Amino acid sequence: MSKIEKRTNKKKIAAVVIWIAVVAALIVGIVLTDPLYSSDESVSDAMEDAVLHEANKVDLFGMQVNPGLISAFVVTAIVLVAAAAVRIFAVPRFKRVPGKFQMLVEMSVGWFDRLAKTNSPHRNSFLGAYIYAAGVYIFVGTLFELIGIPVVATSGVSLSLPAPLSDINGAIMLGCLSYIVILSGGIAGNGLRGVGRTLKDFSLPISMSFRLFGALLSGLLVTELVYYYLALSFVLPVIVGVLFTLMHALIQTYVLVMLTALFYGEVSEPHIRPAKAKGAKVRHHKKETLVNEV
Amino acid sequence: MPLNIDWQQILLHLLNFVILATGLYLLLYKPVKAFIKKRQDEYADREEQTKAALDDAQSKRGEYEKKLSAAEDEITEKKRAAAEEIGAMRAEKLREAQTEAKDIVDGAKEKAREEHDKIIDGVGADIRDLVGDMARKVVMTSSVNEAYDSFLDAAEEEEKDGKD
Repeated sequence: MSKIEKRTNKKKIAAVVIWIAVVAALIVGIVLTDPLYSSDESVSDAMEDAVLHEANKVDLFGMQVNPGLISAFVVTAIVLVAAAAVRIFAVPRFKRVPGKFQMLVEMSVGWFDRLAKTNSPHRNSFLGAYIYAAGVYIFVGTLFELIGIPVVATSGVSLSLPAPLSDINGAIMLGCLSYIVILSGGIAGNGLRGVGRTLKDFSLPISMSFRLFGALLSGLLVTELVYYYLALSFVLPVIVGVLFTLMHALIQTYVLVMLTALFYGEVSEPHIRPAKAKGAKVRHHKKETLVNEV
Repeated sequence: MPLNIDWQQILLHLLNFVILATGLYLLLYKPVKAFIKKRQDEYADREEQTKAALDDAQSKRGEYEKKLSAAEDEITEKKRAAAEEIGAMRAEKLREAQTEAKDIVDGAKEKAREEHDKIIDGVGADIRDLVGDMARKVVMTSSVNEAYDSFLDAAEEEEKDGKD
């Protein structure tokens, strides 16, 4: 056996030993620390509060608000600072042949722009900008819960900031705003007919709001549930916290922007008058022929 | 409100989102889109220029091919004309050569006839002179002989007379 092979084997053995030691230490930690953990609220209270935020409010300039609103402000601040940094430092250095970062920025803008153009070919400049903002807000806002910035509620309880859209007020805002944007597209494209087309889907703001709220909330609840029991706080959050959050951030972003673009394109599509009697007669004849053939 | 829905908080969320959307539009969406559009326009321009250059090259190629074909036709025509001209020239030269040859031959014949006549004429005079000389000689010879004979006859007669 050569020297190199001997050294490789030694390294492998050392790695396995370290891994076993870490796992053993974690198990010991879990067993020893579990009895120490005690919570004032039951799991059902924690779940209820995660949904309704009735107990744990946060103080904002004298107003009692849900932690989700604070999250929304923090997310906006983070996104705007990042956007300003990109605008100041990266955009002026953009090259014709893009690098990795430039490609990422261009892809993010280009994807939303293309989505708007594909789904609403007649009117899409405002739609593109709106779905870009909404998409970035949902995606970053959902990932934001991974950071877990702690705040102290007015009740004195320390809690980590949730995703902004897991607050029902945030979800209602985005759902209704999307509906208003769709309505504006209908008015701009077809006037009163557009209004009629949009109002036809009157359940849209409710479905959009609650879909978003439900999806984001489910993520929050799973995370709350996992973190409620200390024993589940090891290893499992890597999967539940990171992967699930990342996945539903992507899915919810895609669903909301896609639905908005789709409905916007539908209601803003110019109305084409149906062909008159002659065309109708031909269609009727064709239909009859088809039925006969069948 | 049920489900802890709060209109004030909804409006605060809305204000927050409007600020975010405006900021994102101004800071990222608009400049990046403008950059992408600029680059697309640049590529479209290049493509257009390339297409125009290609079209131009194609048309020039067609033009040159046409010109080449015309030149080939012209060359063929010129070759044919040159061949015809050469043929005509050759025929002309041949005709001229034949005429010249005929003239030479005629001249030579004439000259030969003249020479012949001249020779003949020369020979005639010589013959005439010769005949004359001969005739004279003959005449002279006969007259001398006759004179001599006469003389002899006369001498004889005188001799005879003298005797007598």
